[in-house]
Amino acid sequence: MIDISESVMQFLLAFIVVGPLLGAVAALLPAPPGLKGKSPEQAVLRHGVTVTGTVLIAAIVLALGFDHDQPSKMQASTDISWIPALDVRIHLGIDGISLPLLVLTALLTFLCALYSYFKMPAGPTPKAFVALLLVLESGTLATFAVLDLLLFFLAFEMVLIPMYFLIARWGGEGRSQAAWRFILYTLLGSVVMLLGLLLIGIKAGTFDMMALATDNGRSLTTSVQVIAVLAIGIGLAVKTPMWPLHSWLPDAHTAAPTVGSVLLAGVLLKMGTYGFVRILLPIAPDGFRTFAPYLAALAVVGIIYGSLACLALAKQGAKGDLKRLIAYSSVGHMGFVLLGISTMTPTGVNGALFANIAHGLITGLLFFLVGALKDRTGTTDLDTLAEETGAALYGKAPRLGGLLAFAAVASLGLPGLAGFWGEMLALFGAFQPAAGLNRAAFLTFMAIGAFGTLLTAAYLLIVVRRVCMGALPHDAPRLTDVRSYEFAAWTPLVVLTVVAGLWPKALLGLSDPAVQQLLAGGTR
Amino acid sequence: MSSPAQPLAASLVQSVDWLAIAPPTITAVAGLVVLVADLFLPEHRKALLGWTSVAGLAAATAMLLPLLDGDRSTFCLTGDTAVCSYTADRFSLVIQFLVLGGALLSALLSVTALKDARKELPEGEYWFLLLSSAAGAALLPASRDLATLIVALEVASLPAFALVGLRYGDRKSSEAALKFFLSSVTATAVSLMGISFLYATTGTLYLTQVAHRIQDVDGQFHTLAQTGVVLTLVGFAFKTAAVPFHFWVPDTYVGAPLPIAAYLSVIGKAVGFSGLILVTVVALPSYADVWGPALAALAALTMTVGNVGALRQQATRAYSAVRLLAWSSVGQAGYLLVPIAAAAYSGDAEKSIGSTVAYALMYGAVNLGAFAVAALVGRTKSLNRVADYRGLYASSPLSALLLAFFLLCLAGLPPGIIGLFAKVTVFSAAVDAGLGWLAVIMAVNVVIALFYYLQWTALLFRAPEGEPVKHRVPGPVTAAIALTGVLGIALSGAPQLVLVFTDTGLF
Repeated sequence: MIDISESVMQFLLAFIVVGPLLGAVAALLPAPPGLKGKSPEQAVLRHGVTVTGTVLIAAIVLALGFDHDQPSKMQASTDISWIPALDVRIHLGIDGISLPLLVLTALLTFLCALYSYFKMPAGPTPKAFVALLLVLESGTLATFAVLDLLLFFLAFEMVLIPMYFLIARWGGEGRSQAAWRFILYTLLGSVVMLLGLLLIGIKAGTFDMMALATDNGRSLTTSVQVIAVLAIGIGLAVKTPMWPLHSWLPDAHTAAPTVGSVLLAGVLLKMGTYGFVRILLPIAPDGFRTFAPYLAALAVVGIIYGSLACLALAKQGAKGDLKRLIAYSSVGHMGFVLLGISTMTPTGVNGALFANIAHGLITGLLFFLVGALKDRTGTTDLDTLAEETGAALYGKAPRLGGLLAFAAVASLGLPGLAGFWGEMLALFGAFQPAAGLNRAAFLTFMAIGAFGTLLTAAYLLIVVRRVCMGALPHDAPRLTDVRSYEFAAWTPLVVLTVVAGLWPKALLGLSDPAVQQLLAGGTR
Repeated sequence: MSSPAQPLAASLVQSVDWLAIAPPTITAVAGLVVLVADLFLPEHRKALLGWTSVAGLAAATAMLLPLLDGDRSTFCLTGDTAVCSYTADRFSLVIQFLVLGGALLSALLSVTALKDARKELPEGEYWFLLLSSAAGAALLPASRDLATLIVALEVASLPAFALVGLRYGDRKSSEAALKFFLSSVTATAVSLMGISFLYATTGTLYLTQVAHRIQDVDGQFHTLAQTGVVLTLVGFAFKTAAVPFHFWVPDTYVGAPLPIAAYLSVIGKAVGFSGLILVTVVALPSYADVWGPALAALAALTMTVGNVGALRQQATRAYSAVRLLAWSSVGQAGYLLVPIAAAAYSGDAEKSIGSTVAYALMYGAVNLGAFAVAALVGRTKSLNRVADYRGLYASSPLSALLLAFFLLCLAGLPPGIIGLFAKVTVFSAAVDAGLGWLAVIMAVNVVIALFYYLQWTALLFRAPEGEPVKHRVPGPVTAAIALTGVLGIALSGAPQLVLVFTDTGLF
């Protein structure tokens, strides 16, 4: 859109990745004179807002400077040798697939930092909190920006320690167990993934994703591809999470502080699906084709399983926790993403990428809202909230209730909002899967997936009915309605949800050429 | 292997390249000087001994620098100058650097430990034993014949037994020493028997000649040669603390003074695996089908037993921190063995060996760092339980952060980038050699290890029980922690510094 010279773009991308890391180190040091603020706590939280804000601005400038006429071309790329012995290169770059994820990460982290500035979660010092948040941001941004398999692995691992501490130190009930579960599951997956990445790197002779994608699996035998896809797929599937490897997610979400849940759902889960698209599809297409039907089957099982779990939790008397419910709904939504990817068609993959972004926006908003609800009522337990008739949020705090209903409706995939396009395209993709895949099987999956959307609508409407509606007793205390900082943190998400829903081309125009090229291998 | 240019028929007397043998020699001489000086120094000036030893080790390490320009050999056969007993090639220099640097760090820790022990440890003997052991350990990687190898191995280990049992009137200490001594001597005896078999079949002790001649051993002697190969490995496997030769480790580490435990965990292992490399890759490459599977099995067993052992440590038991480090060092030894086993299967043995060397350098730096912090904590909490580390961040934030960094390096998780990449090289050596099953076992082990390392790390940042007590950190320990910390962080930024060995020839 605007013309920015390539070297500035390179610098911006490098800054986006490294900036938060430097900020994390700075957060641990005592504040310099003049920036001390009212108290050390306030100063360091403000530091967090400043750094994430700067990174967000850099990401937006990067998105503006991105050549939208050639989204399939790697832009702002830097390629420096780092460890010649292992042939690891610091290779950064963005194309139409990674750019939206990069901006989404920068945005969500900034909103989280902003939210914590006003509403710091209960726990130890904010100093460590801000430092961990920034390391987390750096790791996720790096995951989307690097183009080297080993560097990708490094970035993938980098988020574990900060997320572990965020859950274990600032979380709610059952946090330490949930944090352990989170880290052990992901680690087990990622160690297996490392073996797969090494296998590809050693057999193909390079770890460079661009070179490997261009090669399109031609230098890897089918058996190597099958083993590599299995190993890498397990690692990514744990992160995504794919049923039946999802069981760490509900606990982690329930125990994590609001900000942790937002980032976990909003960006961390995307790292898994991004890996499927960026690594497995172009680099080992033959291996992926072998597993695509199984992946699709597990994906639709996830869709149905997630929805049924949510329905069970939403039932009266089930003692369902709202955070846990949203976590299970994530399993279902990520099922659509995986279904889209497993079709190996441009339609399906585009849908998957769209659903990725939409899920980040909507689920991020949902977790924010539930967190706010917990601050006001002290609980996220549906039965306690709703009592007999319903929590009547419309009456007690109309704006909060309205926003919650909006987010729920967006999440169920109402046409016109962001949630719709991704899931529809994923199902479309399954209607006509890529050559070599069994169409009958995929048609079945499509039908089951479509049924899943109905179930999703059912439980989300039940939630809206039980939380937002209900009779308002006259003596009921009114809850604080949306505060101004909450408005500030949530408005961007609401606006983007509507924009993405009404103008899907903004995203699809970016991702489609890149996806076409990725699937075709081809040259860049 | 190149040889110095010397006239062939000069004389029957071997010419000695003093520069090449300077590092172990200086260490040994410093040891003797300390022993003699101990007799003449008055009681209140005994601290000088420690600083003399530190200076000696530093000088020995510095003497590695002039050797960097090229390979040197000395003590060569007068008839055939290509066959030498002592070679200072890249491999020797790297391992000598690891050994001497590690000994230097252990010495820094010892200075404080001896001061704190208040005459419970005899200073002169302590320094003499430490330096002699270091001299032996520095000699070992450079020795190129089986006799020198065994002599170096014994010079490195005999003083270590004494060091373990040095505490006056400490029953646990002497029991540990006896345990260590008896099992080690048995292992050496077995090794010697193996070497005699090899000598019987080849008629030579020089490694290169063994490699050459063992290929055409008479068919009748084939079994004898094979037995010899396996038995020779036993002694070195013992020093590496490979399972089933690991049982001495936990008790010995707990019984020994902490700096000695740190010393054994790094230098003892370096001695073991460099001996293994010399015997397998240099002397017996043609018997790769015998030692390859043996080492692979040994590696798998060692890492599994070590990590499970570490996992089972209870945080509240006395000395559990040292015990945990001891068991984890057994597990790490397993990783060190993986590339050596892979060398049997891969086309490029030197590349695999490079992975072991790179891993060992990483391990040496961060493990000594962890021990240094443990020594620091041990000064106030004499029981040194893992539970004592709770809330360390509150009382001394910097050492807590560094210990967390060291533990994460050992675990191989960012921010311990060097630990991660060192593991990656080991994995890639295994995958490259087609040892997929070993890679998978190692992957499982890495996760097990992550669990206990992370548990410890998490403990550092918990809220402390009671008021944090600040105390002054003694200079030498600070120096050791700072040195290892700087090393670890520098390596994390530029892993190429150690990983370069996986890329270039070592011999």
